[in-house]
Amino acid sequence: MSGEGLSRRALLGGSVYATMGAGAIEFVARAAEGAEDRGASEASASARIVLRVNGADRALTVEPRMTLAEALRGPLGLTGTKIGCNRGACSACTVWLDGMPVCSCMTLAVDVGSRTVTTIEGLAQGQELHPVQVAFIEHDAMQCGFCTPGMAMSCAALLEHSPDPTPDEVEKAIGGHICRCGSYPHVVAATLAAAKARKT
Amino acid sequence: MTEDASLRIETFPVGIASVGLREEQRQIPSGEPPPLPPNSDLSVIGKPQPRVNGRAKVTGAIRYTVDVAPQGLLYSRILRSPHAHAEVRAIDVSAAQRDPRVRAIVRAIKLDDPAQAAVRYVGQPVAAIAATSMAAAEEALRLIRVDYKPLPFVVDMDEARQPNAAMVYDRGLAPGSSAGELVAQAGLPVEGNVRGPARASRGDVAQGLASAAAVIEGEYRTQVQTHCCMEPHGLVADWKPDGLTVHISTQFTTGVRRQLAQAFDLPLEKVRVVVDGMGGGFGSKSTLGNYGRIAVALSRQAGAPVRLTLTRPEEQMDAGNRPATVQRIRLGARRDGTLTAISVESHGTAGVGLNAGVASFAQALYDCPNFESAQYDVFTNAGPGTAMRAPGAWGMETAIDELADRLGLDPLALRDAIDPSPVRREERRIGAEKIGWARRHAPGADPGPIERGIGVAQSLWGANVQTASSIEVRILRDGSVEALSSVQDIGSGIGTVIAQVVAETLGLRPDQITVRIGDTLYPAGPPSYGSRTTASITPPARVAAWKALEALFGEAALALNAAPGDCVARGGRIEVRGEPERSLSFAEAAQRMSGDMISFTETRSEDYGGFRRTFGEAAVARQDLGGVQFAEVAVDVETGIIRVERVVAVQDCGRPMNPLLLESQIQGGVLMGVSYALYEERILDKGSGRMVNANLEAYKLIGPRDAPAIDVTVLENYQGRSATDAYGIAEPANIATAPAIGAAVYNAIGVRLRSLPMTPTVVLTALGKLPLKS
Repeated sequence: MSGEGLSRRALLGGSVYATMGAGAIEFVARAAEGAEDRGASEASASARIVLRVNGADRALTVEPRMTLAEALRGPLGLTGTKIGCNRGACSACTVWLDGMPVCSCMTLAVDVGSRTVTTIEGLAQGQELHPVQVAFIEHDAMQCGFCTPGMAMSCAALLEHSPDPTPDEVEKAIGGHICRCGSYPHVVAATLAAAKARKT
Repeated sequence: MTEDASLRIETFPVGIASVGLREEQRQIPSGEPPPLPPNSDLSVIGKPQPRVNGRAKVTGAIRYTVDVAPQGLLYSRILRSPHAHAEVRAIDVSAAQRDPRVRAIVRAIKLDDPAQAAVRYVGQPVAAIAATSMAAAEEALRLIRVDYKPLPFVVDMDEARQPNAAMVYDRGLAPGSSAGELVAQAGLPVEGNVRGPARASRGDVAQGLASAAAVIEGEYRTQVQTHCCMEPHGLVADWKPDGLTVHISTQFTTGVRRQLAQAFDLPLEKVRVVVDGMGGGFGSKSTLGNYGRIAVALSRQAGAPVRLTLTRPEEQMDAGNRPATVQRIRLGARRDGTLTAISVESHGTAGVGLNAGVASFAQALYDCPNFESAQYDVFTNAGPGTAMRAPGAWGMETAIDELADRLGLDPLALRDAIDPSPVRREERRIGAEKIGWARRHAPGADPGPIERGIGVAQSLWGANVQTASSIEVRILRDGSVEALSSVQDIGSGIGTVIAQVVAETLGLRPDQITVRIGDTLYPAGPPSYGSRTTASITPPARVAAWKALEALFGEAALALNAAPGDCVARGGRIEVRGEPERSLSFAEAAQRMSGDMISFTETRSEDYGGFRRTFGEAAVARQDLGGVQFAEVAVDVETGIIRVERVVAVQDCGRPMNPLLLESQIQGGVLMGVSYALYEERILDKGSGRMVNANLEAYKLIGPRDAPAIDVTVLENYQGRSATDAYGIAEPANIATAPAIGAAVYNAIGVRLRSLPMTPTVVLTALGKLPLKS
């Protein structure tokens, strides 16, 4: 390792010893300070799109490879949508496209087109929570809460399309979701309660 | 605390509420509040209170570590070993350095130390890069050239035990007591890849076996399970000249802060650790970890905040796991079930790490004069194991079920004979009634082809306490109340329970208490592991609130023309006892204070009557925690598919603080147990050492449609041991599930399965419907 390009800060950095069999973490060198960002060349491969999210048109520049989940969480700052596996296996990233639940990690932002996107931030009407959200709180249909936004989006979508579901239909609606804390029983109970609450 | 020097005597309710409470006297420090009555006499504690951050969780507003994005954030990725074992001869980062988007590079391998210039599992960190975007970091990672000299390796535990096996560590290089961040027994011999034994014994096992009317002997196997936290391990490290701030998805802010201060030679006051939303840990986020050190080193070098989030494959390969085990268990018993000998020899593999032992459970659950255990760690070229929701009871509880069968005893009757705990006896009684134990048939008696069965197993867990657990309670001059501690909410809802305790003490509602936790700017809280959070932080929360209230009574008493000792706090008011018309609102009383707030910071005191054991900042209470679980299964003997239809879980945790959250946590423990029993298994390719199911689809996790109906009962088991008398639930809720399912499967099909997971292949093989595996 040559000292070329080492900044003073890097020199002061020293090395960090890890105790878990991985030996040491050693600084190498940081890139020359003030080096030009390659942002321009990235932008040249990017597309300018407009996403209709939670009722508002949001213009943004995305690389073709950017997923809807990344676009929501990054440039749009809607971090309520969570990425659990990034390949459609856990459904944590579920949002609605034209009212239908999809894995936003499996949807490219450039492919959304004119479809409306609804995220967990857009589920409540202002301060008034969706009945599913109310029931999730009352029935404690969550523990760590990381899968909860996706779970709530699937359950709310179910009630939009099937206002009086059976327990089996609720289980089917969340069949693709993984909750490691084990909130499934309370999610099912909450969704059935929300359906009941909406009828009365 | 000088007032602790003097003690006073108080009378506590003791026993199981549903059976009947008695009074017992305890000496308690004079600074402690009076005994808390049973839950039936309380208004907030013990009631189903929805979690205080529920709204933030269902609206997406709560901020997890992965959501933290300070200005100028850099993104980092770790380059990981593609080899299961290799000498690392060179790491050339020059091409990556030339990429202007790259702002920091670190190596995770110490090349100038022959002992450490190696990788020992696929996925071991080799180097890491921080760059201006995630894409840039990933692209730059590919520019790093590593010169590996591949070496022989072994990933299978049985093969690793063979005398001619490839060596994971060269002679003398195997980790001692400090491998990993959890301490193992030091000074054990290492032979080949096998380290140990760690021995424990009492009595004379040989004599006990000789005097037994029945001896059962079996080999029980468990697989590697990975934690699969939905939020990956990750942090945002922000190294600034005036201090280091780390947002990290952690189970222990206080501990991570100490580790950071030590690793980077900083005074504690320069290190701040923060976690708000925390997406699950289950043991795997107990410490800083290598990834944590890497991110901080990158931030220090770049002079900018750095985010490091593990990908799902990285989570599966290198974020800890529950070690696999092979347990040889021998039990001896008299005809009436009385145990004469327990012998456990276990080999476990935590990959390149240590601590794969499982015998503690067998040692403690049942009365037996003669016990011996010999536990070995077997090194394999696999990612290091770590703590995971308690070592299981698969081997021991399955062996007990076999013993009952051998003796012709009902498994519950056998446990009545050998388990001295009156608490578990009551749990067995309740659970048996709920599951319908009386209709349980003889093993294999169901004609099928869907054969049903019922089984039972027990859990035992130490009532852990972290004594170095502090919390501050403030009453502000407008009557608002804050509780502050660095304790973190990993999903069990400790913030809600703190609000309940403070509200109950002050006569307020939980929503009137602002709980600020998960930040080391506040008094140092306990870890959220070892089922100890509630036991550790709720007593000092009550003591602090009570002292603050006493001070407020001092102010209110003047206005009410009463003695402070005659004041009570109730329904948002301060009243003179017995004369509710003489009262002030809580806020009116607060407005009389001379300063801006009344504040007390308290630290967990010893349990009343002392602890059973204390080690450093950790202690174990005199009483145990546990539970009894019953499972009902349906086994399709044509497909081999096991379906768990119902689980009855009867648990105890001292005083239950919040039945709603407890039910959630117990359901979670049961579901994780079902998943472990039937589906989960890390599979490593023997030819490459790679994990072939490093994802969330081929690594099978229980889903909503696999979930059994779960019937939860929590005993109110008062022991009068602290200001709240509350203990933990996370681990005891998980320990018994798998063996209960195993016992139910035996009852269904009449064939004993001794290996996990009980997949259709395993079931069909056991039924003789598939050729035995060669």
